[in-house]
Amino acid sequence: MPTNILMPALSPTMEKGNLAKWLKKEGDTIKSGDIIAEIETDKATMEVEAVDEGVLAKIVVPEGTADVAVNEIIGVIAGEGEDAKSISAPAAGAVPAKAEAPKAEALASATAPAAAPAPAASSAAPAHSGGSRAFASPLARRLAREAGLDLSAIKGSGPHGRIVEKDVEAARKGGGAKAAPAAAPGVPAAKPTAAPIAAGPSDEAVKKLFEPGSYEEIPHDGMRKTIARRLTEAKQTIPHFYVTVDCELDALLKLRAELNAAAPEKDGKPAYKLSVNDMVIKALALALKAVPDANVSWTDSAMLKHKHADVGVAVSIPGGLITPIVRDACHKTLSQISNEMKDYAARAKARKLKPEEYQGGTTAVSNLGMFGVKDFAAVINPPHATILAVGAGEQRVVVKSGQPAVATVMSVTLSTDHRAVDGALGAELLQAFKGYIEKPMAMLV
Amino acid sequence: MADYDIIVIGSGPGGYIAAIRAAQLGFKTAIVEREHLAGICSNWGCIPTKALLRSAEILHYGEHAKDYGLVLEGSFKADLEAVVKRSRGIAVRMNNGVQFLMKKNKVDVIWGEAKLTKPGTIAVAPTKKPAMQPQGPIPKGAKGEGTYTADHIIVATGARPRALPGIEPDGKLIWTYFESLVPAKLPKSLLVMGSGAIGIEFASFYRTLGVEVTVVELLPQILPVEDAEIAAFARKAFEKQGIKILTGAKVTKVEKGADSVTAHVEDEKGGKQTITADRLISAVGVVGNIENIGLEALGVKTDRGCIVIDEFCRTNVKGVYAIGDVAGPPMLAHKAEHEAVICVEAIKGLHPHPMDKSMIPGCTYCHPQIASVGLTEAKAKAAGHEIKVGRFNFVANGKAVALGEDSGLAKTIFDAKTGKLLGAHMVGPEVTELIQGFVVAMNLETTEEELMHTIFPHPTLSEVMKESVLDAYGKVLNA
Repeated sequence: MPTNILMPALSPTMEKGNLAKWLKKEGDTIKSGDIIAEIETDKATMEVEAVDEGVLAKIVVPEGTADVAVNEIIGVIAGEGEDAKSISAPAAGAVPAKAEAPKAEALASATAPAAAPAPAASSAAPAHSGGSRAFASPLARRLAREAGLDLSAIKGSGPHGRIVEKDVEAARKGGGAKAAPAAAPGVPAAKPTAAPIAAGPSDEAVKKLFEPGSYEEIPHDGMRKTIARRLTEAKQTIPHFYVTVDCELDALLKLRAELNAAAPEKDGKPAYKLSVNDMVIKALALALKAVPDANVSWTDSAMLKHKHADVGVAVSIPGGLITPIVRDACHKTLSQISNEMKDYAARAKARKLKPEEYQGGTTAVSNLGMFGVKDFAAVINPPHATILAVGAGEQRVVVKSGQPAVATVMSVTLSTDHRAVDGALGAELLQAFKGYIEKPMAMLV
Repeated sequence: MADYDIIVIGSGPGGYIAAIRAAQLGFKTAIVEREHLAGICSNWGCIPTKALLRSAEILHYGEHAKDYGLVLEGSFKADLEAVVKRSRGIAVRMNNGVQFLMKKNKVDVIWGEAKLTKPGTIAVAPTKKPAMQPQGPIPKGAKGEGTYTADHIIVATGARPRALPGIEPDGKLIWTYFESLVPAKLPKSLLVMGSGAIGIEFASFYRTLGVEVTVVELLPQILPVEDAEIAAFARKAFEKQGIKILTGAKVTKVEKGADSVTAHVEDEKGGKQTITADRLISAVGVVGNIENIGLEALGVKTDRGCIVIDEFCRTNVKGVYAIGDVAGPPMLAHKAEHEAVICVEAIKGLHPHPMDKSMIPGCTYCHPQIASVGLTEAKAKAAGHEIKVGRFNFVANGKAVALGEDSGLAKTIFDAKTGKLLGAHMVGPEVTELIQGFVVAMNLETTEEELMHTIFPHPTLSEVMKESVLDAYGKVLNA
C-alpha cells in the first residue's frame, strides 16, 4: 500500500513551513531513517527522515514551495512490490488529517525528540489546517488582522462555522490568550496566537513614499516574519526597564589568556578557546543563581520561578538572527559553554538548529562589542524576563583611589520585564554579574 | 399523550409562520385564532395600509401627470369607498392565503379564545371580543371550543393599540388604526396623535387625499426611532405637502363635539393651544395582548406589558414560549416571523442562531418613504463609537431624477476604527425596497471596503447607497 509523506510538524506550534529541498528523486529507494527532504521553518532548516521504506513514487509538493501546511501530503512512497509509476498523486485533503496525525508525529519525533507537544499547543491546532482559507466575515478578518490574531486558531460561531465579529472579540479578550501556554524551562515556548500588533501604515502607504523602481522588493522569509512578530509583540506587551553598569575586564582578560594558554591539545588543536562572551554567559547564569528572584518568566496567572539558568545567546546570521540556548549554563564549565556555542554558531549559520535548541530559555545575552558598540539596550525575547546587552571592552580612564587610571571597561545594559523583575532586583542581578566579571576566578569553582 | 406536539396561540405573522415551520419539522401542530387568520398585519396593519397608500400614490401621480408630459382628461379623484374596498379585498386575500397554508401543512385551526389552564393545556372558549367589521368567515373545518393539550405552547397573541387615559378611542370620533383603515367618508380635518410609523402613514395617506392633517408628537422629533437628520428631512417634506407638525407637544385633554374633537395641546414651554378636527387618530403605540390567556396562573413572567423570553423565545415556564409583539419590542412583523422560526427550530433541537436585534430593519411607507437598520448617529455616538458618516442626496442620482422623485437622503454610519457598518438610514423613493442591501451587508459583517467593491447597477436608485458609503470615506463621486 502506498504511504503518504506528510508535511511534518517540527515543533508543537508549527503550522506551515517551506519545502526547501528534496534530497531524493522520484524513483529513489528509501530506507527508514533516510533524510528525504529539507524543510525551512521560522528559524531553521530541518531534515525530514523517512519512517517507511519503499520507493519515492511521487513528489507532490515540489521543492521551493513556501507555506506548506502541516499534514499536507508532500510525497508518496510505494511499498514493496508496488508499481511506483502507477501511483498517482492523491488529491490534497483526500486523506483525513486525523487518521494521519500519528504518522506526522512519528516524523516529528524522529527529527525533534525533545519537542514534547504542549497540550495547550495541540488544542490550538488550527481547525482549518490543510491550507484552506479561513471562513470568516470581512469584519472578522479585519479585526483579527488588527489584533494580530491568527484566524485559523479561532473557532467560528456563525453559520457553517463562519468566524464572525464576536468570535474575534472573544479571542481577543481571552480565548486567544489561552493558546499561549505558560512557558516552562526546557519546554519550547508555544508561539502565542494572540500577539496584539497595532496596525502600522499599510504596505501601499509605505510604498507611495518612494518612487516606483527606486527600490527592490524582497519578500520576507520565515525568519524575518518571526523576528518582526516576536519583537513587536515583546515591545508592545512587555514593559521594558533598563539598568546599565560598567564592568572592569582586566582580571577576566588575564584569566582568559591563562586558561586558553593552558588548553590541552586535542587532535592537534587546543581543546577549547574561550571568548569573553563565553565568560559573560557563565557569569550571567551564576548571577541568576545568586539572585534567583530574577530568574523568572511572567505569566498572567503566576510567576514562573525557574530552577535552571538557561541562557539564550543571540547569534547574528545572514538574513536575521537566532538565539540558541545554553541550558543550565551555571553548571557547565567554561570550556563546555565555549564548545557548545561554537557548535551552535556554526549550525545557526546553516539554519540547522532544532526548535528545542532555540526555544525557551530564561534569559539572553546579546553582544555587539565586536562592532565597537559601547552600550545599547536589547529587546526582551519572551518568555525571558531579562536580556543583557553587552558592549565592547575598551580601555577607559577610570578613577581609582582618587587618581586617574587606565582600565579595560565593558558597559552592559540589562533590559528587564518590569512585571517580573523590578528595577532594584535588576540592579541586584547586575551587581552579582559585575562581581563575577571583575572577580572571574569565582566562575571556576 | 398530548393532542399536539405544538399549539400556537394567535395566527399573525409570528404565529402562522411558527405553525408552518413546526409542521415542516414533523410536529403535530394546531393554531388557535379568535378573529382573523393572518393577524393584524394582513387584516388591519401592514398590508391593507400599503393598499391604501398605493391608491394615494397613484392619485398623487395622476395629479402630477403634467410633470411627466401626460394629459389626464375628465375627472380624476379618489373614490373612497372603492379605495377601502380594494384594501379590504387584499386583506381577505392574505387571510385566505394563510387558511390555504394551514390546510396545506396540515395544521389544525382551532377557532376561539385560548387560555392556558395548566402546563401543556389550553381551554378554548368562543370569542368574546366583538369582531372588527368587515369580518371574514370562520375557516371551514376549524375546531371549536374545548380543552387541548400540547407539549409545547407558543404564545403569539400580538398587540393592540395603546389607549391614553381620557383619550380612549371610541371608534367614532377617536380612531385607532382599525377605523382609520375603513373610513366611511373622508374627514375634512384630522389630528394624528403620535408620529411613529402608524401615525405618519395615516397622516401621509389622508393628506394625499386632501385632508387637513395635524400631527402631534410628544418627543422633540417625528419618527422618534429614526435618525434625527432623516426625520428632519422627512418633516420638511411632509410640511411641504401641507401636513402641520407639532413636536414636543402633548395632548392633555380631548373634548368631543357632535362631529368633531377639540384637543388641548401643550408644548414643552407650557404654551397651550386647542386644535379642533373632525377626527383624531390615536397612534401612540401598541401594547402586548397578555391579558386573559392564563399567564398569571402559570406564573409566566411579564415585564412592562410583554412576556419575558430568552434568546430562543422560551419563557420562564417550561413548555411555554412567546414570539412576536407579545414578546416585546421592536413590534414588527418581520421580527415576529424570525422569532417564530428560531423558537420552533430550537424546540426541534436544531440549534438556530439567536436573533440579533441590532440588525432588524424598520420601514415607514409614507411619501417619501423611510427605511433604516442599525444605530442612528446619536445612538452610535452614545454607544462610544468613533464614527464616520456618509451622506448622499437623491438629487444627484440619475434614476431618481428620471423618475421625478429626486428628493431623498441616504446616510451611512461606520465605526471609524473597524469599518463596521453600524447603521444605514434613508428617506426617499422606494427606500423600503433598498434597505435590504444594507441589511444583508450588515449580516455578512461587511466593512466599507466590500461595499465600495460592490458594483451597484446603473441607473438605479440603489446607487445612492454606494455613494453614501463612498462619502463616509471622502470618496464620493457624484457630489
